[in-house]
Amino acid sequence: MKPVMQLFAAAAATAVFSASVIAAPVANEAPDALVKRISADVIDSVKADKDIQAGNRAKIMDLVNSKILPYVDAQKMTQQAAGRHWRSATPEQQQKLTQEFRTLLVYTYAGALSTIKNETVEFKPMRSSPSDTDVEVRSQVNVSRGEPITLNYRLSKGDQGWKIYDVNVLGAWLVQTYTSTFNSEISKNGVDGLIKRLAERNAQLASKPLAAPAK
Amino acid sequence: MKHTVTLSRLRACAAAAAVLALSGCATTGNQQDPLEGYNRAVFSFNDAVDRTVLKPTATAYKNVVPGFAQTGVNNFFGNLSDAWSSINNFLQGKVEDGGTDFGRFALNSTFGIFGLLDIASEAGMPKHNEDFGQTLGKWGVPSGPFLMLPLLGPSTVRDTAALPADFAGDIWKYKDPTHVRNIGAGVRIIDKRATLLDASNLLEEAALDRYEFLRDGYLQRRQSQVYDGDVPRQANDDAGADAAGDANSQVVPQPVSVEKK
Repeated sequence: MKPVMQLFAAAAATAVFSASVIAAPVANEAPDALVKRISADVIDSVKADKDIQAGNRAKIMDLVNSKILPYVDAQKMTQQAAGRHWRSATPEQQQKLTQEFRTLLVYTYAGALSTIKNETVEFKPMRSSPSDTDVEVRSQVNVSRGEPITLNYRLSKGDQGWKIYDVNVLGAWLVQTYTSTFNSEISKNGVDGLIKRLAERNAQLASKPLAAPAK
Repeated sequence: MKHTVTLSRLRACAAAAAVLALSGCATTGNQQDPLEGYNRAVFSFNDAVDRTVLKPTATAYKNVVPGFAQTGVNNFFGNLSDAWSSINNFLQGKVEDGGTDFGRFALNSTFGIFGLLDIASEAGMPKHNEDFGQTLGKWGVPSGPFLMLPLLGPSTVRDTAALPADFAGDIWKYKDPTHVRNIGAGVRIIDKRATLLDASNLLEEAALDRYEFLRDGYLQRRQSQVYDGDVPRQANDDAGADAAGDANSQVVPQPVSVEKK
């Protein structure tokens, strides 16, 4: 448990560091091209790696940290989920909250990644003009059984190029789905209460094996 | 005299208690969920049934039944729902989608051997899942408060009102004899739950409060279905979120409904 956390902390630190350094060369990449590239890259990596399909946590975390996190604006996600409470939080609280929320999203995403099998992703045409700084990239995941899964992304353009700040799965935006819980938890126990709750959940998820892949 | 006063007081108390029980202690005060106390109680009940009966059965079904058989079951009931989906598309004025769904039903019921094979999808005819709740939504009926139904799960007042029509539009309901109908209905539920196993495992990890997560996710999803995925940004922000407030107003609204070619 402890080595895993250390590894994770190291990986997270690397990701944060590399995010601030590497992102520059692709700053001019169009938002839909960016999402397409990340998505293809991640799916190929999962399909090529038996360990990941088997639920190897370290490898999955590594994948999320190196290929996805550099393109995610975790602070913006957290800020939006916290809503009006964000401004009443101290900078340290904001930072801690962002860190815990990002970790939870990484765990969740890692769980989803290990279930990838024969899915293909299909992107829909963009509806934005080149001058936009806030766009939605729409795609769907075609699964072998059942109707396709909607998977849309919201991106905004900053100094380091485009970054994802919200994801829509099956018609529901992730940030908005967390808004109620963030709001009620902060109202009841303050920002520190929410940080504590997120940290507890993360510790719980860290000690639990990833969902075993379906046969 | 005194006696009657006590009685009427008692009655008032009982009425107040009933109202309280129904509305619960809605401390968070989500505007779309005035019945949160009641809904949470039903959620706990549903969850207990799921954990003890439904989820274990569905997990066994997924692991034991061969993949092709599961696909067949899924296709068979999916095909029956295409017929009702087709009617709802026509009711919503979506003639092309309605035609496609009817075509799917006709093709899969015949060449797809009673719907066991979904050859229409392979022929490039996409499936649309439309129900009467979505039709009402399209007609402008607001969703009303969130409602957690016993065994049936998350819903809204509008979608619950639409349920009798959806039940009546379900072809399997008219299947004779009764025991075949009941067994079929059971298999259908287990198969449905099996397809949701990955999603529900994910929900357990991602949610701090599963009830709230499910509620807010469901309300957004239903609205997205009513708009067929093209929810106007403002309308989407109104759904489920009472505290999105100023955070969302920082986002530059975009004309998502304008098609640029």
